[in-house]
Amino acid sequence: MSLASDTLTTLWERLAEEVAAGRRFAGLFGTARPEGLMLSAHLADARGVTAADTILPATATSYPALTPLLGAAFWYEREIADMFGVIPQGHPRPEPLLLPQPPEGALRPRPGESGGPAAIEPDPRALPLHVVGPGLFTIPHGPVRSGVFESIEYLVETPGEDIPHLNMRVFYKHRGLDKRFEGMTAADGLLLAERVEGTATVAHALAYCHAVERICGAEVPWTAALVRVLHAELERLACHLDVAIRLADAAGLAVATARFGWHKERVLRLVGHACGSRFGRGVVVPGGVSRLPLTGPGELLTEIGTLDKAVTADVAALMGTASFLDRLRRTGPLRPERAREHGALGPVGKASGYSDDAREFRPYDAYPSLGLHQPAPRPAGDALDRLRVRWDEVAQSFHLLRQVADELAEAPDGPLRAGCDASDGRATGWAEAPQGEVLYDVRLEDGLITRCHPRSASFHNLVLMHELFAGDILTDFPFIEASLGLSVAGVTR
Amino acid sequence: MWALRGLRDGVVTTRWPARPDPYAAAVRGPATVLAQAAGAADQLERLCPTGAISNADDGGVRLDQGKCVQCGRCVAARPDVFGWSEEPGAAALWRGALTVPEFGETPERLDALRNSLKTRSAALRRSVHLRHVDAGSDGTEEWEILALFNPVYDVHRLGIFLTASPRHADILLVTGAGARGMAEPLRQTYDAMPEPKIVIAVGTDAVSGGLASPSYGVSGGIGAIVPVDVWVPGAPPPPFSILHALLLALGRLPAGAGEGARS
Repeated sequence: MSLASDTLTTLWERLAEEVAAGRRFAGLFGTARPEGLMLSAHLADARGVTAADTILPATATSYPALTPLLGAAFWYEREIADMFGVIPQGHPRPEPLLLPQPPEGALRPRPGESGGPAAIEPDPRALPLHVVGPGLFTIPHGPVRSGVFESIEYLVETPGEDIPHLNMRVFYKHRGLDKRFEGMTAADGLLLAERVEGTATVAHALAYCHAVERICGAEVPWTAALVRVLHAELERLACHLDVAIRLADAAGLAVATARFGWHKERVLRLVGHACGSRFGRGVVVPGGVSRLPLTGPGELLTEIGTLDKAVTADVAALMGTASFLDRLRRTGPLRPERAREHGALGPVGKASGYSDDAREFRPYDAYPSLGLHQPAPRPAGDALDRLRVRWDEVAQSFHLLRQVADELAEAPDGPLRAGCDASDGRATGWAEAPQGEVLYDVRLEDGLITRCHPRSASFHNLVLMHELFAGDILTDFPFIEASLGLSVAGVTR
Repeated sequence: MWALRGLRDGVVTTRWPARPDPYAAAVRGPATVLAQAAGAADQLERLCPTGAISNADDGGVRLDQGKCVQCGRCVAARPDVFGWSEEPGAAALWRGALTVPEFGETPERLDALRNSLKTRSAALRRSVHLRHVDAGSDGTEEWEILALFNPVYDVHRLGIFLTASPRHADILLVTGAGARGMAEPLRQTYDAMPEPKIVIAVGTDAVSGGLASPSYGVSGGIGAIVPVDVWVPGAPPPPFSILHALLLALGRLPAGAGEGARS
């Protein structure tokens, strides 16, 4: 064990140096291998996302934690402890994250180990009580929320108005999907990938397919690459409009809520008309796409134009509503240096001056050939800048959609999918979801998935919620939560 | 300024169910059996990743829409046997009715089911409050339920409202595959609701667990946690399907609207 932990410490130090030098820490995943637990640290840069692997001996029950050197690994190491039962030594809070609090030492084998449990039975009495100081009390939000929300519990510790500390329990809707992937064919795995985080169906399908395509070396045909971008950008529109609905609703702007609700419905209908599913399911397949849009390029252009005009006008009105802007300005700030340290993804990172948009820096499908214009920098890091970043992205998406529709009108007839019979290998795939970069680490053996780890942007970003409450009060809570625009399904899987 | 903006595009709200809505029929529902293919059930079974296709007693093919995740493999491989159902009326009052052809129930049992629901919904007819609980969804069902409150579907016109407190709720909408972590909170929400109460399982995941099941994390549908009155298939069910299920539960479906309703 001592030898292994020396090697590991060296590896962790090297990782921390690489991150300090500008590469982005993209995740730390565990995989049960016959020889022991494999830890894969993923680093992203302009060349791609690469994994540095190391194997813990099968007898190891603990390992030196990465979190003290690299804070962004905080949740990743808790997940590894949940799934494989190894303890990260030196981790500041080695509590369960995705699994409910089990009675002391009770859960063996862990879900990630071979022959994992048939069922997890949460014991509500085993939940830790929160210690609070004199005059402090805890307000639990969730897991059953007021309204139509996904299940998650926020524990707001407050002396009355401001929020000195916030805690989260995310395990409630853990479905055990990583384990479900195992033993599936690549084609079946795609169906599950589409359901990891349903509101980012297309991005998850893309990241998964990119991994599978990398294993088998498939080249996606040009027309298929265009159709992929079409659906990915429509999904971005729907998600950003959803954030606008939630923010407007939190501010009590009934008409704005209704207007953006209508626009979102129009986007979902456009997606539904184009492919038969309102969430773009079944479009992306390994090697390409399943079919051309059922809506012709001319009709697409008209629809996109109408929608662009309507959305842009309402955005202008919303961003001119002073009472609304007042609620967002300086609310839930994320400092730029924290965004960079953590490698904050998507609009959350961009609003704090840190952008690592996979479409721009590690482009895929048709993005390298399409023009992405450079949006204005938004460095304030508050909920207002996060919304501004979303509107920049919405404008960008309309710009991309027009290009795609134009290109599709002239795209050659031909096969829409390349042969992709992956049987053995391992690769990482990525795609930029509306929430930020989605990462899939996929391993195939004899044509079946032996490990598939989806890492949604929601998982990476949600942990930042802990530190967004400097100076904010209880009534700011819904704005801060909505401004992150995350999906709990993608966090807990 | 917003008030004028709200008037800009006139009425965008559907008049369904009083009037037909073309979009209600245009959204794809779960797969269905169009024509029987005798003796082929064994090969057809293998088409479905969730085991929704099975061999009926008479040697024909049976499809359980409660397990259909709408991947479309069966429709693509055997368009002569399978197709998409194209009405929002796929919700059912008992689990067996989601299969095509449906599993029989004794007439006495059916009457008992209908009467039990009728007694409960009679008190709620024109003003109904909904409570939603997510028990392990993928996030899409929440979007489709929320869509009911946008100006296109606007269920307020039908006297249907959301409520934050289970104490004020008449109908419990449950989404998700039945995550074990949510079993206790879901049970407590159900217990906190006053009588009479109605439970609707929204979506294939809630009905059967869908692709998430079997797993150590889910119970394979929410029926294992709370008693379900109305089953809505769909991955996810579009807003019209959820609306149809609500009206079915309340006994408020006008004759002719969603006649396919298997009540």
